[in-house]
Amino acid sequence: MSMKSGVVVFPGSNRERDMLYALENITGAKPQAIWHADTELPDLDLVVLCGGFSYGDYLRTGAIAARGHIMPAIAKAADRGVRILGICNGFQILCEAGLLPGVLMRNAGLKFVCKEVKLEVANAKTDFTRKYAQGQVWRCPVAHGDGNYFTDPETLKRLEGEGRVGLRYADGTNPNGSLNDIAGILNERGNVFGMMPHPENMIEPMNGATDGRALFESVLEAVA
Amino acid sequence: MKARIKVTLKNGVLDPQGKAIEGALGSLGFSGVASVRQGKLFEVELDETDPAKAKAALEEMSKKLLANTVIENYAVELDEK
Repeated sequence: MSMKSGVVVFPGSNRERDMLYALENITGAKPQAIWHADTELPDLDLVVLCGGFSYGDYLRTGAIAARGHIMPAIAKAADRGVRILGICNGFQILCEAGLLPGVLMRNAGLKFVCKEVKLEVANAKTDFTRKYAQGQVWRCPVAHGDGNYFTDPETLKRLEGEGRVGLRYADGTNPNGSLNDIAGILNERGNVFGMMPHPENMIEPMNGATDGRALFESVLEAVA
Repeated sequence: MKARIKVTLKNGVLDPQGKAIEGALGSLGFSGVASVRQGKLFEVELDETDPAKAKAALEEMSKKLLANTVIENYAVELDEK
């Protein structure tokens, strides 16, 4: 069982090393780093947009990166059914690029939050959550200033009705005021997933827990 | 040709920054401030001299980049002199 994965690096990305390490640790195969100025993607099973502050969060978080050279290739890969995972700034970029609906606004408390939260698996039937149990609550760190998920009422209703909310903040740990405690959502087809927390930082005992591994193992199983 | 693009939050979208500014105005002693909403203003200089074409280009820029129309409205103003 092996998976070809890659991590897109924009100017200002800063979690690519953590993500490359986690992917290699969990999949056993070396992932590729993909430069934002490239216009073609290698043949991959999973493309990850990692955390950071691409383009210094200028204009809106993820806004400039979402119009970058590599993005049309990522949109095409998404159309082909390639799994795309956006973590933190990657989630913001996917929303700005229109690959996921809605937008991540400034945290309701106006503060950058860097701490551990609890996540509830709202849908365990997705390619990104299938190795968790439905309703399972797991520990995961967050580190963001703009994680307050917002969308219009009709879109929210669709996301909820179609099981496209994959993860929710649990036990009153919503750190940013996001609608319906949304921590991670899927696109319509189910192959693009964005989430604010950092599962790549919860994969080894030295991280305090290994709760994040199952997210990557889910994709690994889905593409096998 | 010079233009200004004003980007504002749509009604109903929570604006925590505006709320914080509203609170700060209150603590400075400015009473009677019912609400504050924060937005953005872009000043753009174009080579284009035809107002209709300039306006169309600025609308495109607003839709594609300057505003996120999920949460923001935009208004284009041309300096016609």
